[in-house]
Amino acid sequence: MRVSRRATLSLRTVAIGYLVVLLLVPLGLVFYRTFEHGFGYAWSWMTTPAAISALWLTLVIAAIAVPLNTIFGIICSYVLVRGRVRGRAILDSLIDLPFVVSPVIVGLALILVYGEGGWFGNWFISHGIPIIYAPAGMVIATVFVSLPFVVREVAPVLRAAGEEQEEAAATLGASSWQTFRRVTLPSIRWGVAYGVVLTSARALGEIGAVLVVSSNVAGSTLSLPLLVYQRDSQIGPAASSGAYAAAMELIVISLLVLVGMMLLGKRREEVR
Amino acid sequence: MAVGSYAEARAPARRRALARAPRGTLGLGISMIYLSVFVLIPLAAVVVKAVEQGPTAFFDSITNSVALTALGVTLGSSLVVAAIGAVMGTLVAWVLVRDRFPGQRLVNSLIDLPFALPTIVAAITLIALYGPNSPFGLSLAYTRAGVLLAFLFVTLPFVVRSVQPVLIDLDPEAEECAASLGASNITTFRRIVLPAIRPAIASGAALAFARAVGEFGAVVLLAGKVQIASIVIFADIESDAPQAAASLSVVLLAISLIVLVLLRLLGNRNAR
Amino acid sequence: MRIDVLDVGKRFGEFVALDDVSLEVAEGSLTALLGPSGSGKSTLLRIIAGLEAPDSGEIQLDGADVTPARPQDRGIGFVFQHYAPFNHMSVRENVAFGLRIRKRPKAEVKAKVDELLALVGLTAWSGQRPAQLSGGQRQRMALARALAVDPRVLLLDEPFGALDANVRAELRLWLRRLHDEQHVTTVLVTHDQEEAMEVSDTIAVMHEGNIEQVGSPQQVYDHPVNDFVMGFLGPAVRMEGELVRPHDLRLSLEPENGATEAVVTRVVHLGFEVRVEVELPDKTQARAQMTRAQARELELGPGDTVYVQAPHKEREKVKV
Repeated sequence: MRVSRRATLSLRTVAIGYLVVLLLVPLGLVFYRTFEHGFGYAWSWMTTPAAISALWLTLVIAAIAVPLNTIFGIICSYVLVRGRVRGRAILDSLIDLPFVVSPVIVGLALILVYGEGGWFGNWFISHGIPIIYAPAGMVIATVFVSLPFVVREVAPVLRAAGEEQEEAAATLGASSWQTFRRVTLPSIRWGVAYGVVLTSARALGEIGAVLVVSSNVAGSTLSLPLLVYQRDSQIGPAASSGAYAAAMELIVISLLVLVGMMLLGKRREEVR
Repeated sequence: MAVGSYAEARAPARRRALARAPRGTLGLGISMIYLSVFVLIPLAAVVVKAVEQGPTAFFDSITNSVALTALGVTLGSSLVVAAIGAVMGTLVAWVLVRDRFPGQRLVNSLIDLPFALPTIVAAITLIALYGPNSPFGLSLAYTRAGVLLAFLFVTLPFVVRSVQPVLIDLDPEAEECAASLGASNITTFRRIVLPAIRPAIASGAALAFARAVGEFGAVVLLAGKVQIASIVIFADIESDAPQAAASLSVVLLAISLIVLVLLRLLGNRNAR
Repeated sequence: MRIDVLDVGKRFGEFVALDDVSLEVAEGSLTALLGPSGSGKSTLLRIIAGLEAPDSGEIQLDGADVTPARPQDRGIGFVFQHYAPFNHMSVRENVAFGLRIRKRPKAEVKAKVDELLALVGLTAWSGQRPAQLSGGQRQRMALARALAVDPRVLLLDEPFGALDANVRAELRLWLRRLHDEQHVTTVLVTHDQEEAMEVSDTIAVMHEGNIEQVGSPQQVYDHPVNDFVMGFLGPAVRMEGELVRPHDLRLSLEPENGATEAVVTRVVHLGFEVRVEVELPDKTQARAQMTRAQARELELGPGDTVYVQAPHKEREKVKV
């Protein structure tokens, strides 16, 4: 379809204008608000004990949830693509649930199961394992919301790679484990890496589900997104500066994630 | 390898073969247990909580004025967001695929920003821009327009990323053929391009709709008195009214499930 | 190594891929499983390899039942239609894979791989990735990889199907020579009757999950047991309700005993051969093949009347 120069230019302007208004102007403003009182002032908000422990907690939660979902994602993709067992279709439909369930509902659901008076809550509490209003609950909530990413990235790559290489390895004498480690895993590694990046992005930034199951106490259950929320909810320009500073930390982490997505996205396309 | 080893290995090998389950049985078991612990059992708890006091309590919880308003506003805004997203997302995808301009790759990776950015950062960004201290004197915060904007921000990538690959794969020969037969650009787009990308637009818009219905993080700071379903559920949890929260959640879950089923049907039709 | 297929059955849902098939593959032979797509030939090969499990029946290697054995325990070499290269490994690593799995000493692996790379003419490419090779080279790499583990049986699934005509012809000759040197029992799946006749010493013709006939290329071509085998192994025309080869039809200008009168509709010159298309009295079409010299003698043109003589059964018996 040959579009005239004028039409092309106006379409381009509308598209870029939309993106600028929706994405760039707001982000630029956050940069401005964060550093308007100088870098040192923003830095002091980033290095309060609450902020440092929030960053740590965020990283720790991600460090638990991401590997769990990665291992699950690889096993699950293998079952969906290579399995011959009945029940795959059910698994396939259920996997996407976390994508469409509101994060608040996730929090509510966890309270109803693991909270006081919940299905298993009393058992955990009586055994001295607090889950709700404790970091454990935040980890479970994070696992829930970031669960499908690795599966949805790896399954198509695994399907595209085909089964022949694995069959060839088997006829050459490789055991199932050797085949998986030497043939299957290398052929899906970029898909796995991309899935890990997406999972990490969601895990580091989750607020809704985590907010419900956290006690919001600085130093124990306050993650970085929660810190932003808490500081912003307080009144006064000082608190708002603190919120911007914490948000800036998240933005930096996200930009790193975005760069990772760009780089891996290219590798992934090459493999496909 | 000695020939005799087969005869020797035969008897136990046969027993093993009889016991051997279809491939993926163990993986399916692991996946289902993982999914149950983190997703299915908690969601079941929500459903049980909603109906355990009988159908009357459930219907009362979802038909009082607060719940009805919240559902109406949420569904209405989500529909508007899906519609705007479908049009603008298609336009952006078109410009990214068919247009060539400097900085295009950067713009392309910007699209993923809302996926990479924690929703609370989106919220604080939009507050900075349209909140009480807006540099443009716009105060959209605590209005429906502000909520709409937040939804548009977080759902931007869905339609773009779903339409883009289809546009790339679209054979330009069909468009050239239509043009050679005398079709105008608008006719060519409507009769040739649109039918090809319509399923992709529909599935992108459906995902955007589902995301908007459940969105919490991006609107938690902005919504104020605008009663969004997820905010109402959060308020119910905070005020220790789990039955009311669960009832509203079940309605949202039902909507999500319908979207999931529609997406699946759409996907099956595309595969054919 | 001898292969015995005993009453092997396999279904995929409602589709019967193999209908209780039996086959004996002699030690050191090169057997072709020949048939159209969907005839079950690839399924049978995959069952011999252990890549599929049969629903019923037994596979024996040298008289030992290996039906429950996994592919890695069968001592086979398998070459896939699309080569199945390990894309993340170099050519050398691909060929060495089976030996590495068996944890052979490094020096032995190197010697064996060098020998095989030389055999398939890929020494200069040993450090490249499969993606950098041509189709024919990839196929030779796949063969070297399968041969590296000294398989007792070599199984080839449409090995030349995805290659250009010239490369295909070259690789066929090469495979035949390789087999004559190494004498590994080889089973080859193909849908190309010319390939089967050129390469193999035994052909098993498959159709709709059954083996229709097993024999030497000459036997199945000249003495097909039924119409399907007749039609699948070469051109055939129907004369007096029976299928015959066009080159076995004899045309003459004079009426002869037992000959059928026909009208020439078209004469096609195809280089060294001439194809004469005729219409029989029952309005059916038939065609005869002859050499240029024969055609010149008859001087046929459209509209001419000729007498078509089908080969006599008695004569066939004499020829055997």
